[in-house]
Amino acid sequence: MTRHIVAAVADFPPGTRRTVTINDRAVVVFNVDGAYYGLFDRCPHNGGSLAQGVLTGLLQASEPGAYSYTREGEIIRCPWHGWEFDIRTGQSFCRAVRAKARPFAVKVEPGSDIVEGPYKAETIEVRVEDSYVVIDA
Amino acid sequence: MQIDCDIHPGVPDTAALFPYMPAHWRDTSVMRGIDDLQSANYPDTTPLTVRPDWRPARGRPGTDAATVAAQCLDPFGSDIGILNPLFGVQTLYGDDLAAAYASALNGWTRGEFLDRDSRFRASIIVSLENIEMAVAEIDRCAVDPSFVQVMLLAGTSRPLGRRQYWPIYEACVRHGLSLAIHAGQEFRNAPTALGWPSYYLEDYTANAQAFQYQLTSLFCEGVFEKFPTLTFIMLESGWTWVPALLWRIAKYWGGLRFEVPWTNRSPEEIVRDQLRFSLTPVDGPADGDQLRRVLDHLGSDRVLLFSTDYPHNQFDGADPFPDVFDPALRQIISSDAPLAAYPRLGGAP
Repeated sequence: MTRHIVAAVADFPPGTRRTVTINDRAVVVFNVDGAYYGLFDRCPHNGGSLAQGVLTGLLQASEPGAYSYTREGEIIRCPWHGWEFDIRTGQSFCRAVRAKARPFAVKVEPGSDIVEGPYKAETIEVRVEDSYVVIDA
Repeated sequence: MQIDCDIHPGVPDTAALFPYMPAHWRDTSVMRGIDDLQSANYPDTTPLTVRPDWRPARGRPGTDAATVAAQCLDPFGSDIGILNPLFGVQTLYGDDLAAAYASALNGWTRGEFLDRDSRFRASIIVSLENIEMAVAEIDRCAVDPSFVQVMLLAGTSRPLGRRQYWPIYEACVRHGLSLAIHAGQEFRNAPTALGWPSYYLEDYTANAQAFQYQLTSLFCEGVFEKFPTLTFIMLESGWTWVPALLWRIAKYWGGLRFEVPWTNRSPEEIVRDQLRFSLTPVDGPADGDQLRRVLDHLGSDRVLLFSTDYPHNQFDGADPFPDVFDPALRQIISSDAPLAAYPRLGGAP
């Protein structure tokens, strides 16, 4: 298992996303209010780039016309066909969707813990107090 | 036990309704010269409208209970027949006129058929000109348990999923009635999505378009979710188009769910739970194996209901079933499925 750097926390503000390539596969990471969520950048429906999708909320209705809009910014809508996925779990919200976007574990570690890997020198040396967003894969 | 879910009694002419109409409307009908309401949906002279052996020497077929029973119940061994009058009251404009004619038609069905042969059941016919008056007519007729459903035409002025029509569905639920949609038009719009066609063949074929759109509208507007106990029955709709439509809705529903977030069940589940189709016309492939595959695509053996579509000319002889339908499936279609589709048939003989 290798630790991959996504971005420095300071360069990765809430409401933005970053794409990285891990083991030759594209991954997109979202920062939602300081929480990070990663997904393989491939819609399980037909392969569209989820990184190019619109982040939206979860629209539900207990009955026709009774709209409930929650979890704003936590639902990614594929740009190709509009399928929606929970970026926390990769779960879709339509029962027509039997596929599930594959979630990718993302966590925040102190920058000083990065002792191996390609970016060690430049990051640790300059911003030793900062944290980095990393992915283990 | 066999239940024929689509029988069309023939209203001879407007005067036949006069005994069931207030004096004011009788006089109005005479003054205005409204002597018939046979719509272009089923012209008398079109071969489809009357099977040759059911066509009388003069006049319309099936205008009295004894004739319908002799031609449509006895030869087929049907124990119950559901009457769906097609006299074109839905084409009338004007709230009061349309309501008066719908009410008179229901009175005629009751007086001439339901009260004369206990094997008959019937649709409540309403005009959609005024929804409050339609609901009042449903409430009035529903007192008689022989009325088992409300019947609308497939070609309505607006899609039937729209909320303006929901009071009708609420009334159905309130009374334990099913909601039938029969082939035909109010002629508020052109019969096809592309405008007015040239030939009757086009009109009749285009009924399938109307049914497809009604199904789509009912799904998208959330009617099935709002009224989960209400069974919708499509009559003389054909049914071989159903699987392809469901595939198409499901394909795009996945990406457009956010438009209709109240849709919780897939189109296939909706059909299995709440939609039924009359057996005739069987607009399927002649090859038995191919037809069997269409049945498989329907995804349920509970969605078809036995029907003759009397007196329309949909098949010859006394067996509307294609050969590929085995005895077990015939039993379901003739008895089990109709009994489940019509709450008011519960415990019927």
